[in-house]
Amino acid sequence: MTELRKRGAVPVPDSTDGDNISDKEAEGVDTEAECEGDKADTPDVPPSSADNTPECITKALEGLPPRWKNYVIRGILSMAMISGFFFIIYFGPITLILTVMTIQIKCFHEIITIGYRVYRSYELPWFRTLSWYFLICVNYFFYGETLADYFGALVQREEPLQFLSRYHRFISFALYLAGFCMFVLSLVKKHYRLQFYMFAWTHVTLLLVVTQSHLVIQNLFEGMIWFIVPISIVICNDIMAYLFGFFFGRTPLIKLSPKKTWEGFIGGFFSTVVFGFILAYLLSQVQYFVCPVGYNSESNSFTIECEPSSIFELQEYTLPTALHNILGWETVQLYPFQIHSIFLSSFGSLIGPFGGFFASGFKRAFKIKDFANTIPGHGGIMDRFDCQYLMATFVHVYIGSFIRGPNPSKVLQQLLLLQPEQQLSIFHNLHSHLRERGLLPPPQA
Amino acid sequence: MSDTESKPDTGVPEVPVPADDTPEVLNKALSGLSSRWKNWWVRGILTLAMISFFFLIIYLGPIVLMMIVLIVQIKCFQEIITIGYSVYHSYHLPWFRTLSWYFLLCVNYFFYGETVTDYFFTLVQREEPLRILSKYHRFISFALYLTGFCMFVLSLVKKHYRLQFYMFGWTHVTLLIVVTQSHLIIHNLFEGMIWFIVPISSVICNDIMAYMFGFFFGRTPLIKLSPKKTWEGFIGGLFATIVFCALLAYVMAGYRYFVCPVEFNNDLNSFQVDCEPSELFQLQDYALPSVLQSLTGWSTVKLYPFQIHSIALSSFASIVGPFGGFFASGFKRAFKIKDFANTIPGHGGIMDRFDCQYLMATFVNVYIASFIRGPNPTKVIQQLMALRTDQQLHIFNALKVHLIEKGLLMTQYDKLRCL
Repeated sequence: MTELRKRGAVPVPDSTDGDNISDKEAEGVDTEAECEGDKADTPDVPPSSADNTPECITKALEGLPPRWKNYVIRGILSMAMISGFFFIIYFGPITLILTVMTIQIKCFHEIITIGYRVYRSYELPWFRTLSWYFLICVNYFFYGETLADYFGALVQREEPLQFLSRYHRFISFALYLAGFCMFVLSLVKKHYRLQFYMFAWTHVTLLLVVTQSHLVIQNLFEGMIWFIVPISIVICNDIMAYLFGFFFGRTPLIKLSPKKTWEGFIGGFFSTVVFGFILAYLLSQVQYFVCPVGYNSESNSFTIECEPSSIFELQEYTLPTALHNILGWETVQLYPFQIHSIFLSSFGSLIGPFGGFFASGFKRAFKIKDFANTIPGHGGIMDRFDCQYLMATFVHVYIGSFIRGPNPSKVLQQLLLLQPEQQLSIFHNLHSHLRERGLLPPPQA
Repeated sequence: MSDTESKPDTGVPEVPVPADDTPEVLNKALSGLSSRWKNWWVRGILTLAMISFFFLIIYLGPIVLMMIVLIVQIKCFQEIITIGYSVYHSYHLPWFRTLSWYFLLCVNYFFYGETVTDYFFTLVQREEPLRILSKYHRFISFALYLTGFCMFVLSLVKKHYRLQFYMFGWTHVTLLIVVTQSHLIIHNLFEGMIWFIVPISSVICNDIMAYMFGFFFGRTPLIKLSPKKTWEGFIGGLFATIVFCALLAYVMAGYRYFVCPVEFNNDLNSFQVDCEPSELFQLQDYALPSVLQSLTGWSTVKLYPFQIHSIALSSFASIVGPFGGFFASGFKRAFKIKDFANTIPGHGGIMDRFDCQYLMATFVNVYIASFIRGPNPTKVIQQLMALRTDQQLHIFNALKVHLIEKGLLMTQYDKLRCL
């Protein structure tokens, strides 16, 4: 028992009397004793494995003082990550999907590992298996839905795929239930609470990490620009807010993250809006980014070719008179997408950071410095992606509400599944609707 | 027991058990009996009261049912959140109570909005404010949720981070379990009240039958989590429930009130439950296997196809449903509580009665979507009208080809030939 309290603090005097442990802090004991009802899970997460910096970089930077060394490492890794980003964009949609999936698995792994350390639940071997099993189930469900949507023709061709697709929800539910029943059967007498905590921890992580990574993939299928621009916005905001904060930072922003400042926040906001605007302009011209990712059943590959939709075609906008006088232009040619990008950048700069604060609060709550030590100088994958998740969800909802109509092939699919009388009635409705619009010749006399 | 438990479970303050809630009148009437019999009587009376109440609300119709589902959901949510507060002693975080209720409201707004848009499509299209709320529904719901999220982040207080995160997680898991599944119940309801009544009755029947069989024949314990359950009860409950359910399905399938999807009639501005029953609810002949033929002397039997489905539903309720109960038992043991609350005398809280129902509701919903129902035609029209005209034209042509192939539509050529 004493090893739980070995942080150098005086052992809590009433530690032997379970009933008297309260959640309020005992005087004189450091804050680690605050916990909820279980005093055993307060100890801080043991420091993660040793610094992961590759040998070569460490040698090259030997001469510099540690603060500069840290900056240089962070800087090098930032550039490495951004280049990696460009690289995988070049490789196309499949690589992007695989990357998203890899990141998702790594983030899940990081958060679950923290949970294990917090609850010291390594000795519940069933639970590790069950967490990964739930991850596979939820991924199966989501990927199945995506595949059925986007690869409709391919799925219809292959008999086993057709069967899996038709009963997809039932199969996914059955798989999940099997995991649920295994969990119930694995409940061990003295570890009920621990097991329930880990169950809940796993599910909340799945909710956050897995659902949102699938929203990222759906954004991607809408058009790679809906993937690239939001991610770039968040990265840019991070970097710009940091730079503005570094040079001009004075007023602290929020107690949770003492390094953030109002100057950084506002400077980051404006520069991100401008950056997003320019990036949108550049990318809107390239069909590769703008077209929805389609699957060509004949050539069995992804095609990204289309007639760009109206938001990616230059339009004339009249400037308000104020700007008119300053710039001397009457109208300006913009892509409507650039207007949308302003909203995306605003969200990324104003609300996105709350995702970061949430993660900071989480790290402070569980007394960890970083989620993991995967990326030298930056921490874990989750550290880099904490703001991205909120952004991805926002972009998905934004597209669903303001941009995209329903998916026509999906609508056709559903139509063909209806009862014949319903199909007939819809057919006649549609017929009169289209005739009204002048798209169909009037009935012959 | 708490002294011998390992470290992680010690130090758990007991959740205070609320005082006994039995009404005075019952207490007086049963004052003569010994306490064990008294408990049984109280349970029995309350069981009958709950079942009668169930019949009453079915009689009152869909709107009342929806409201009851909503009330049950809110009460379950409150019970579980209260347990969380007791476990974590987090009463002194006033923000958090507000936030939990706010999140409950957000998620309910999201789900009810989707349901209203689906089923009351024409009504929604008519009223201008409703139309806007419906068109941007997801965005509005997301914005509301985000506000709650940001409030949570801003409410993080230095010494209570972990507590706050725990309550945040607790709230979200509760929302996931309780709210989403209560909406699945409502979806099942709209499919036809029989899809609401038969599953709930199966679970209740299984509870009661397993108890009776266990009481009279119970010998071998079933699972360490719930020492009172026995294999005899489990198996007896399974068979009894299947039989009960098949009979109930037979009785109910004959009534339109139960069998028809609940629809909203725009002209009358009311719910109507009137339709041509689908073929699931029409008697069909089934040839009996020769074994049963020789036993009963019938060669075919008239059954509703729905009765076959009811066997699947009742099997689930008896075999997998109890895992929901074991989950709740494990939860109660983990947090050292006897019952979720003391709302129903003799039975515990609302959650105690509904723990198995939630799994069942999800199963029924998935079952309907996979094996019974096609897509909702109103929704398909809705989506069709939202497409661009060139997409509509493309779909029109594809549909035309399909209908002609099926012989449902005469081509111009056929029409000319008929003249």
